[in-house]
Amino acid sequence: MTRNRVRGRLPVVLVLPAVIGLAFLLVPLAGLLIRTPWASLSTSLSAEVGEALRLSLICASLATVLCLFLGIPLAWLLARSGLPGRGFLRALVTVPLVLPPVVGGVALLLVLGRRGLIGEHLDAWFGISLPFTTAGVVVAEAFVAMPFLVISVEGALRAADPRYEEAAATLGASRWLTFRRVTLPSVLPGVVAGAVLCWARALGEFGATITFAGNFPGETTTMPLAVYLALETDPDAAIVLSIVLLLVSVGVLAGLRDRWISGPT
Amino acid sequence: MSRIANSVLVGAALMLAGCGSGGQAATASGTVTGDVTVFAAASLTETFTRLGEDFEEANPGTKVRFNFGGSSALAQQLDQGAPADVFASAAPANMKQVTDTRTITDAPRTFARNKLAIVVPKGNPGGISRLADFADAGRKIALCAEQVPCGAASQKVFELAKVTPAPDTLEQDVKAVLTKVSLGEVDGALVYRTDVRAAGDKVEGIEFAESAQAVNDYPIAPLAKAPNAVAAKAFVDFVLSGEGRAVLSAAGFDHP
Repeated sequence: MTRNRVRGRLPVVLVLPAVIGLAFLLVPLAGLLIRTPWASLSTSLSAEVGEALRLSLICASLATVLCLFLGIPLAWLLARSGLPGRGFLRALVTVPLVLPPVVGGVALLLVLGRRGLIGEHLDAWFGISLPFTTAGVVVAEAFVAMPFLVISVEGALRAADPRYEEAAATLGASRWLTFRRVTLPSVLPGVVAGAVLCWARALGEFGATITFAGNFPGETTTMPLAVYLALETDPDAAIVLSIVLLLVSVGVLAGLRDRWISGPT
Repeated sequence: MSRIANSVLVGAALMLAGCGSGGQAATASGTVTGDVTVFAAASLTETFTRLGEDFEEANPGTKVRFNFGGSSALAQQLDQGAPADVFASAAPANMKQVTDTRTITDAPRTFARNKLAIVVPKGNPGGISRLADFADAGRKIALCAEQVPCGAASQKVFELAKVTPAPDTLEQDVKAVLTKVSLGEVDGALVYRTDVRAAGDKVEGIEFAESAQAVNDYPIAPLAKAPNAVAAKAFVDFVLSGEGRAVLSAAGFDHP
């Protein structure tokens, strides 16, 4: 309703770059669609593609769950705790965003690999070895995707009105109860938006995955890895794989949007 | 995905570099000058880096730029129009990918041969001594993906030895395999003999008989649309010269 009031002529300085920006994002996707060998689409979809797609969806979803479990408390710590050095911590949390994913993969190997700082003990004490396993894919994806969730949730927490929490506290609620019943519901849109970003980033993850988890069909070959290897010998197959991944992710995101992210914002 | 984006960026950067040098070489036709962009197989990383330095020294005013990677990925980039002057592949099959599309018109020349070796981390924690040990699912094994030359050669030696390997990962190029070994993440892998030598004392190499029947020929050729055709030809000649041969054989390559 209020939006109508600020309507007027659209300023060219905003519209022109907006249109160029939209084209910049959409034209490469159009190129992919135009070059897709639609006629042979169904024949190029082998069982391996289904396997890679299934693996991608499962790993991205598990990585998102892992990020929610660890990321929401971390965001709360950064936004609410009054911890000294929070600004520095916040900067550190975003490091995986700027780190080239391959470097992230190497870092994970050095810590969680069979001879890594922690991985060495995991292997010796529990016989757990993460590289070259599906669990390794989830770890690599979560490492790269978690900052998206943390930043999004932290932003929502800082924007939320603390008076509701204070009110809950004066009514005798413990901090944990306040968090569950007041804080979390009030930042839910931020959590969902962060989870969607996190899921999308995990689904497209390539560098950290191939470096840390390797590449083996049915075990660690997710769609981006399959696309990359297909590109080397059979570009048409790579395009088909990309289209499948694109359609599935757009489908999921559109479905989520209708259900969760619509509303006043 | 990000890897592909990266190679696109590299391609764009090379394109800019190529444009700059093209004009420079044209003004001084006959003498070798300007930038030479060489796409070379990952297994040539050390030797070609060295040869590039030697070439720059022998031809003042030149600058050799390299794009090292899996031969199949490089061939793909060249077919998509990546601006380069020279292509050196680890297998004739990938050279054929670019000659088929007439991206390369000169007849490629074989400049080196390489064979596979078993590579294990220092101390050989997995106790690997022969190809048959690669069939043990209990050991961690890395191999090249079959799309890249080292993977195709690996497949061939396993067929010859009648061993069905149980790999834990299929890597996108030979250097990625070697990294997994030198970090100790796998018990054993197959790489080229030259890679074992290049990795120094972080790894141990084990030669095996079947490798002699799966020798990789390395062809090299200047590209048809080389931005710097004069320097491209000069670099190819340099690799094929006695000087080039000395560097290659010091690294463990056989001479064709």
